Amino acid sequence: MPTLARFDHVTRRFGQVLAVDDVSLTIESGTILGLLGPNAAGKTTLISLLEGLRRPSSGTVELFGGSPADYRNRQRLGSTPQETALPSTLRVGEVIDFVSKHFENPLPKAAVAEEFGLGDLLKRQTGALSGGQKRRLSVALAFVGQPELVLLDEPTTGLDVDARRTLWDALRRQHERGATVVVTSHYLEEIEALAQRVVVMGQGRILADDTLPAILAQVGLRQVRLTSDEADRIGRLPGVVRQELTGDGTTTFYVQDSDAMIVELVRSGIRFTGLTVRGATLEEAFLTLTEPKPQSQAEVVR
Amino acid sequence: MSTLSLTFVHARYNLIETARIPVALIGSLVFPALALLFFVVPQRTVADNPDFATQAVVSLAVFAIMSNSLFSFGLNIAENREKPWDPYLRTLPAPGLARVFAQVFSTGTLGVAAIIPVIVIGGLFTAASASLPHILLGLVALSVGALPFMLIGICIGYALSAKAAIAVVQVVMFALAFAGGLFLPPVLFADWLNTLSKFLPSRQARELVIWAVQGGTLEPWVWIGVVVWTALMLGLALFLFRRDEGHRFR
Repeated sequence: MPTLARFDHVTRRFGQVLAVDDVSLTIESGTILGLLGPNAAGKTTLISLLEGLRRPSSGTVELFGGSPADYRNRQRLGSTPQETALPSTLRVGEVIDFVSKHFENPLPKAAVAEEFGLGDLLKRQTGALSGGQKRRLSVALAFVGQPELVLLDEPTTGLDVDARRTLWDALRRQHERGATVVVTSHYLEEIEALAQRVVVMGQGRILADDTLPAILAQVGLRQVRLTSDEADRIGRLPGVVRQELTGDGTTTFYVQDSDAMIVELVRSGIRFTGLTVRGATLEEAFLTLTEPKPQSQAEVVR
Repeated sequence: MSTLSLTFVHARYNLIETARIPVALIGSLVFPALALLFFVVPQRTVADNPDFATQAVVSLAVFAIMSNSLFSFGLNIAENREKPWDPYLRTLPAPGLARVFAQVFSTGTLGVAAIIPVIVIGGLFTAASASLPHILLGLVALSVGALPFMLIGICIGYALSAKAAIAVVQVVMFALAFAGGLFLPPVLFADWLNTLSKFLPSRQARELVIWAVQGGTLEPWVWIGVVVWTALMLGLALFLFRRDEGHRFR
């Protein structure tokens, strides 16, 4: 698989803030790579380094074998504007034309419009579009130049379920036509729906880089909360990743499979009251990744 | 895509965007003509003398294009830098130079449109006169003399926030206009001010256009000044444009 982009020990500081901290990452052709992390994890900074908008404080960023700051290396790169950014007086068709004039082999306007459901809107000024329509146009712009590598920063944040699925379908079709896609999100659901490889970021560092199933096993956690005198025994049941004492006397357990865990809990005969189960948020799941385990501690020391 | 064709693409869409907001157009097109009507036409000693009147029309044409350049470059760029569309444009495969030139072209086009009413009013209501070839030559000289103002505007736009840019543009504009002899003719200047004036792009542009319209000799300091200002400001604009990426975070 040819390498499209590479980060080699890249660090980016903004004053005192360390936005990207010693990241090394290779993006190969052919995958949908999900970049998952909470807000301020460094995802957007990483993307902007690849777009040539920023330069690394140290380390090197390579795009198609050269510097992303050189516009010629961006000929095969597609990226999206924030949907609030579209020039409000230009018409949808004009924006698509304008972007496609930058590329040697652009998609025909009609094809772009059809793929992203913009056919009826071409004559409309972008200021008159709904939020979902603007988002579709923004994402469509990334594909106008038939790029090999597409960077999508939070492509469906704020969209309703239907609009989100429509956009995901379009992204999958574009990927099948040969585009390699990097998509950032702080929604596990979005990454689950699209990505094949997942890179988890937190505080500017890469916390995990693995296949989707492997990452899901690590971050797709559920919270089981209950009151019991034997909390430590429950904590040793299979599938419990982490436990913490909550202020009101209950204990919260983070588990990979809550159904199996509760079956085990009932079988063990441990007495408990006030059982509730809910999905863990991604932030909560990230804590289990960032908490040093014995083996990762050894890595830090090294 | 060549830098030149991308320059025209960007310039064209800049103009379409501006044209969709008619108030912006009217403001930049009408203001210089009004200045001529209010400041020159009522002063008959100037307005009835062909030489003085022509120079006054030239001075106001230079002022028109200068204020147009400074404002539209300084403010547009400063505002655009604060809008998220601009970072997206920078991810497209277009060289920075194409975007700088595009802004030069689009504002230059508007600037030329702004001085047409100045010429018309000058021709109808004052004794100013020039043949058509001289007027055309004057327009060419004007667009050459305008380059430093556009580039100064670009530098202000890339160096400052939109709010700061408004204030700085106004100070720079009036300082250049007065000291450059655009409001008061340099013959009324004290010697020291006249010497200082010759180093300013506004005075150089004024003399360049007067030479193109009225003939006579072109002093070397005029064209050397225009070339030096253009080169210096182009270098500074490119430097600020590239440095700009580091400032956009938070």
